[in-house]
Amino acid sequence: MKKNLLALGLVVLMTPALLNAQKVACKIKGSDTCLPLSQKFAEHYMKKNPGSSISVIGGGSGVGLAALISGTTDVAQASRKMKMDEKLKLQSGGKAVKETVIAYDALAIIVNPGNKVTQLTREQLAGIFTGKIKNWKQVGGDDMGIIVYSRETSSGTYDFIKEHVLLNKNYTASALMMPATGAIVQSVSQTKGAIGYVGLAYLDKAVKALKVAYKKGAYVEPSVETAKNKTYPITRPLYYYYTSNVEGRVKPLINYILSPEGQNLVLKEGYVPLN
Amino acid sequence: MNIRKTTEKIVEGVLFSSSTVTTVAVLFIIFFLFKSGIGLFQDSPVEKNYAIALNANNPVKNLSAKQIKDIFNGDITNWKQVGGKDGDIELFTLNELGSAYTEEQIGSNLEHIPTCLNEYVKQHENVITYFDKKFYPRNFQGKVLDIPKISVIDFLLGKEWYPTSTPAALFGVLPLIIGTLFVTFFAILFALPIGLITAVYMAEIANERTRRFLKPVIELLAGIPSVVYGFFGLVVLVPLIQQTFNLPVGETALAGSLILGIMALPTIITISEDAIRTTPIVLKEASLGLGATHWQTLLRVTLPYARSGIMAAFILGIGRAVGETMAVLMVTGNAAIMPHSLLAPVRTIPATIAAELGEAPMGGTHFKALFALGIILFIITFVFNSLVEVVKSKKEK
Repeated sequence: MKKNLLALGLVVLMTPALLNAQKVACKIKGSDTCLPLSQKFAEHYMKKNPGSSISVIGGGSGVGLAALISGTTDVAQASRKMKMDEKLKLQSGGKAVKETVIAYDALAIIVNPGNKVTQLTREQLAGIFTGKIKNWKQVGGDDMGIIVYSRETSSGTYDFIKEHVLLNKNYTASALMMPATGAIVQSVSQTKGAIGYVGLAYLDKAVKALKVAYKKGAYVEPSVETAKNKTYPITRPLYYYYTSNVEGRVKPLINYILSPEGQNLVLKEGYVPLN
Repeated sequence: MNIRKTTEKIVEGVLFSSSTVTTVAVLFIIFFLFKSGIGLFQDSPVEKNYAIALNANNPVKNLSAKQIKDIFNGDITNWKQVGGKDGDIELFTLNELGSAYTEEQIGSNLEHIPTCLNEYVKQHENVITYFDKKFYPRNFQGKVLDIPKISVIDFLLGKEWYPTSTPAALFGVLPLIIGTLFVTFFAILFALPIGLITAVYMAEIANERTRRFLKPVIELLAGIPSVVYGFFGLVVLVPLIQQTFNLPVGETALAGSLILGIMALPTIITISEDAIRTTPIVLKEASLGLGATHWQTLLRVTLPYARSGIMAAFILGIGRAVGETMAVLMVTGNAAIMPHSLLAPVRTIPATIAAELGEAPMGGTHFKALFALGIILFIITFVFNSLVEVVKSKKEK
């Protein structure tokens, strides 16, 4: 009996060790939105599983997916869904692609703190970003021109806002295109009539986040809570793409990301966990 | 003796091969640039594997990319505006399919999408739709539009740059070309006088101690990374311009020109100073000997003699400014509109390439368009560099 217990104890003790012996060697490349998150995942995973080597590279969703197609990365991180073009290219290379949602990101609409406006509907936002609404007084603010700040076309965030807020209409040609999210925060904080959009993780006191309503009267403030309970409308999934031939190699990492521990990291980094 | 000969041969070989490698690399890059860029003109502005279709009875036969963009943007709302019959345009995409048909009709595996599409297009006279060709209905009773390929004229003279517009992208680079030249022109306008004055001061007026202090400082200016200039511009210059001129936005062509001007200064100063200093002392002494003052000698003898060197400095400065990316990207606002004032945002070619190449699907139309922009930039700098050669050869005569 004692012996049995001892054996059981040994097994129990060894189980985590066995589970931990999942060395992963892989390369993750793509979206800059996912970059800080992937780095955290890699850091923690490598600490837990010595011997693993995970390298994380940014460059943009398109860059990551292009690398996946050419076979120079194992995982492509993306803040948008794979485009038809890219899917076809992968398929013609004879590779089946797997998609995993690793977290959600909420996008906040920001204005200068001196702006009177505190909330907007989706229609108003679409009007502003397409250039149909040009003055803040048209949406209940002061008589002041609206300056639209947008990310560059290369950004997955740009695509997402275009698809889900502008309903595929185009941004106004006079929108100012900024190379980085940080630059949008900086510019909006120093420009009175400015409006822009940034990921929740980038919000700070220098700018004011607007409440947004997709349904009439239901204005919701952006926060991790409202994004998590799906009341805040401008949330988007972040993806990992990999081909099925490397599935065995990257699966342990994916499992870690989807585990409560991994999702806890998501929350800590200012993104929205899956559930 | 033999060893020396062999060594010489080896050194010769190394020199030869390294210059060959350099030449081949340059030629390869140019070849790659042109090959990728020219491909743009064999592409349609509509995303690959997508079809745009109308009702079969619609008299409209073809639409330009701009018309398609305006239709899906809601700026053109009546078929009359594009040469059709009077009737409101009805936009229909796969999103609307979900509300027009029940889930049952579409099928649990979406297998009936082609049938629904076919039916909808057949029944609605004023419809325009675009869909993935994998949903292309058998015996399609609508009319698939023939979209003309992107033409060189549309590319060079188009005024709208909407590279990711769906279903049809617009690649009009005129605002970008003008924006680049505009920012460069004002940068030089600002940098040339200051650069020239500094060069004259350093070469002719400053004493040795001042010169020994100034020269490294100016050369240091060339060593500062451009992203630092950009950051300085965004945080210091942009708010300053905004307040001084009481503008709604500080990210303007002026901010870009100032930053570029500062960045072009070291090139202009160093090269023109060298040119001024190489004026033969006998010429100056002859002039002074004839009774001319120091100033008269400077204006009538030294500067005319150094003219071609100063021209070369000026042109190389332009070359530096035209191709500069990062600093401009951060301070000009990058709105793709035709520049009409120094106090409005502009977008330049290098900034566009740097900002957009990252997520343009590789080998796609957008990707090729960016390479085509690279060709334009290459031609601009090539012209400037050739001008330097022309100016130099003039001096030798």
